[in-house]
Amino acid sequence: MEQKLEVKKKGEFEPKIIGFLCNWCAYAAADLAGVSRIQYPANIRIIRVMCSGRVDPAFILEAFKNGADGVLVAGCHPGDCHYINGNFKTFRRVTLLKRVLKELGIEPERLRLEWISASEGDKFATVIKEMVEEIKKLGPNPLKVGSKS
Amino acid sequence: MAVLDINEKILDLVQIADIVFWPAVMDVKYRDIENMPDGYIDVCFFNGAIRTEKQEYMAKLLRQKSKTLVAYGTCSYLGGVPGLANLADKQEVFEKVYIQTLSTENPNKVLPRTRTRVPEGELELPDFYDTVKSLDQTVEVDYYVPGCPPATERTLYALEAIVKGELPPKDSVLAPLKSVCDECPRKKGEKKISRIYRLYERVPDPERCFLEQGIICMGPATRGGCGAKCIKANMPCTGCGGPCPGSLEQGAAMISALASILGVETEKEKYAEAEKLIDQIRDPIGTFYMYSLPSSIINRRVTKNVRK
Repeated sequence: MEQKLEVKKKGEFEPKIIGFLCNWCAYAAADLAGVSRIQYPANIRIIRVMCSGRVDPAFILEAFKNGADGVLVAGCHPGDCHYINGNFKTFRRVTLLKRVLKELGIEPERLRLEWISASEGDKFATVIKEMVEEIKKLGPNPLKVGSKS
Repeated sequence: MAVLDINEKILDLVQIADIVFWPAVMDVKYRDIENMPDGYIDVCFFNGAIRTEKQEYMAKLLRQKSKTLVAYGTCSYLGGVPGLANLADKQEVFEKVYIQTLSTENPNKVLPRTRTRVPEGELELPDFYDTVKSLDQTVEVDYYVPGCPPATERTLYALEAIVKGELPPKDSVLAPLKSVCDECPRKKGEKKISRIYRLYERVPDPERCFLEQGIICMGPATRGGCGAKCIKANMPCTGCGGPCPGSLEQGAAMISALASILGVETEKEKYAEAEKLIDQIRDPIGTFYMYSLPSSIINRRVTKNVRK
């Protein structure tokens, strides 16, 4: 597999993405991506949670407040949650939180919810690549920019 | 004024306490406060949020002159309903109020200024800040009495604790630790909401939990101690008691709680239905952050013009 290594240009904005990955699926997928030596941008900081349903909306808000340019919440596919229905709650929480973020002036595209199963290491890498590109276009976290004044 | 809710007990209060400053009731001048020695006032109940220079000045002055400062009411505790102004900033508010409103005649687009020259001299107005703040974001606060307005029993509890010298450790909220659900008399069964109703859409059954009827009630995410008065009047809780102890913020707590019970779960969750259900929540900030926006994790909308 031919993969091009991207050289970081000096002065270019490098987004910081916080990822909440569920232990049973998404984290395992990230692990598989690593073991398989799949190249993906190093912009993500991963936090392992037992279930995506553990992700309190307050965690996501804290991440943005502390300067995260993007937040990824990744869990098992619907119907496959290790705890049966945790990811259903995640979906509703993230959907509702996106509306709140929009009203607070933070682009809802900065928060991304993905279902990634343990065998989908390549999907994990693709998601990160896409997310980094999208957030580079959106620019830095607007909360950070405001504090310049 | 909510202090007067204690009715005839106010007479007991004035027997043991000398009220030295109460703008709504007594004609004491700010100069009299400035002339007091520091710490002269034993206890100060401060209500209202801070967004003008005068309010900030009074907060700092009363902090200086008081031994114990109590944030009385949800505005001073969390920012309160005026905190929703954090969805705008000074420029947006002024332009709307003084220029854009339909019935306003202001052809020269005159906006209030902090200083203006008139033939008699110079007039001053307090500055108007971009962001509404709670009292403890402005000065150090010793105790908090939640409520919009604080329930009679909360005011009495605070006054009695002060008089008897039985106050809990500093920084405490003078209210119970449990949510409103603990005091709510309604029948609680299985919570699974398939549709959200606004209050005008259905008359609530006075015996059943509001959430089970599809009416958003902030009870689960709100500190109790109010006797669930609104609920007993067949109105859902709007969250005026502030967050329960231990929660990171009230808005997120309710978003999480509501998302847990929204929708009927099937093996393959139907996203379109879940999204439609969530779209029925017309005003998330107004519903979940009605009283607590200034003291929430993200305390205002990001706008270009905010001066820190």
